[in-house]
Amino acid sequence: MRIVCPHCGERPVDEFVPYGAAGLKRPDASASTSDWLDYVYLRDNKAGMHGELFYHVGGCRAWLIVTRDTRTHAIAEVVAARDQRDAAR
Amino acid sequence: MRYSVFSLLAQALNGQKGWKPAWRDASPKDEYDVVIVGGGGHGLATAHYLAKEHGITNVAVLEKSTIGSGNVGRNTTIIRSNYLLPGNTPFYEWSLKLWEGLEQDINYNAMVSQRGVLNLYHSDAQRDAFARRGNAMRLNGVDAELLDRAAVRKLVPYLDYDNARFPVHGGLLQRRGGTVRHDAVAWGYARAADQRGVDICQNCEVTNIRVENGRVIGVDTTKGFVRAKKIGLAAAGNSSRVAAMAGLRLPIESHVLQAFVSEGVKPLIDTVVTFGAGHFYINQSDKGGLVFGGDLDGYNSYAQRGALPHVEHLLEEGMALMPMLGRLRVLRSWGGIMDMSMDGSPIIGTTPIDGLYLNAGWCYGGFKATPASGWCFAHTIARGEPHVLNAPYRLNRFDTGHLIDEKGAGATPNLH
Repeated sequence: MRIVCPHCGERPVDEFVPYGAAGLKRPDASASTSDWLDYVYLRDNKAGMHGELFYHVGGCRAWLIVTRDTRTHAIAEVVAARDQRDAAR
Repeated sequence: MRYSVFSLLAQALNGQKGWKPAWRDASPKDEYDVVIVGGGGHGLATAHYLAKEHGITNVAVLEKSTIGSGNVGRNTTIIRSNYLLPGNTPFYEWSLKLWEGLEQDINYNAMVSQRGVLNLYHSDAQRDAFARRGNAMRLNGVDAELLDRAAVRKLVPYLDYDNARFPVHGGLLQRRGGTVRHDAVAWGYARAADQRGVDICQNCEVTNIRVENGRVIGVDTTKGFVRAKKIGLAAAGNSSRVAAMAGLRLPIESHVLQAFVSEGVKPLIDTVVTFGAGHFYINQSDKGGLVFGGDLDGYNSYAQRGALPHVEHLLEEGMALMPMLGRLRVLRSWGGIMDMSMDGSPIIGTTPIDGLYLNAGWCYGGFKATPASGWCFAHTIARGEPHVLNAPYRLNRFDTGHLIDEKGAGATPNLH
């Protein structure tokens, strides 16, 4: 698997550290136990398109969101996590 | 047919013409008392113990492919019970006890070989941690021996003891651990369950779980609707997908784990050795191939194949432990999809849906747990409540905070 980093270009996967599902929303501190359960432990774990955080430790050291088919590892999209956060604001 | 030395001799004289298929290739009936989703080691073991221990024989095992095509045939065949935490030690020890009597129980040669499992330590801190683990095991009646460097050297003289970065200081040995021929476990349980009347339906994929008024009524399959009073899910790497059919989200991520076998060589490793400074474990199959494995690739995967950087990393670990490995060629490699749970421990128990039972989250540890997993899951399904051995593995431990985190890695499935 090779990931096209928006800053560094196409790089081998061993330059990156995966860090689990992207797009999880941290609940408010006063949220219910079930909201926290959802956030900390429960995952969709889809066989198909899956957004996942990767840290480019061997390159630009930015956090990326890689959208990939978990059955084939075909990558559909790579964006910098910061850009996606700013766009959501 | 009962297998014995006499049946072997009779067939030898008969030109081997009288052997019958070991189990029937059944088609699903309209209705069962229990339907097990997943014809791997755990599903088949569950069916066997449901029939044998609880007298429930109106059971179907539904498998989307052929039985044993998943993780029961994709592991490195190691069995052991060297666990530290209270929820784990008794469960895995019960599993090892069941392994010890398995072949007589199912009348099938699974080549259970108690050749020992040796975990190496490479620092003073690791020795202390292993001493603690060994003591916890012995307090639970499990065998454990802490070996110093000289004792390890006598047992396995071919390691690199003076590796500048990872010198071997000693090891924790469980002599009752060892290896089992993994395919034979699937086949043996299938045959034993079949003989007690269980239907094993291959190429029969479950496509939906029907729930009415909070209770299961059956499953839709590629071979039609099958009505069921109770449904047990034992789908390993596909657990999240199957549970989603009933509207459940699980504390699980699916990851690929690779394993390897080298070309065959003369007898070399007569035990199981694990490298303590990384994640590498090796043993030798009876055919002569060295069987070894290591860490997950690290990202979510439903593809039963791994990536090359992880192969390179694993082989470097192997070379750090046993430099002679560099002279061998890797013959085959393969990947299995692990149901990595959020605390590194499995889930066997009830679910919020009546009649639906879950067996999942086995991480790397599924194979050694096969007998106890089936035994406890059968008890849970038959009685509607867990056995004391699997009560700590309930699904709602994540709500209540009663996690069993053997590695202390937290909610990071790819690190367990």
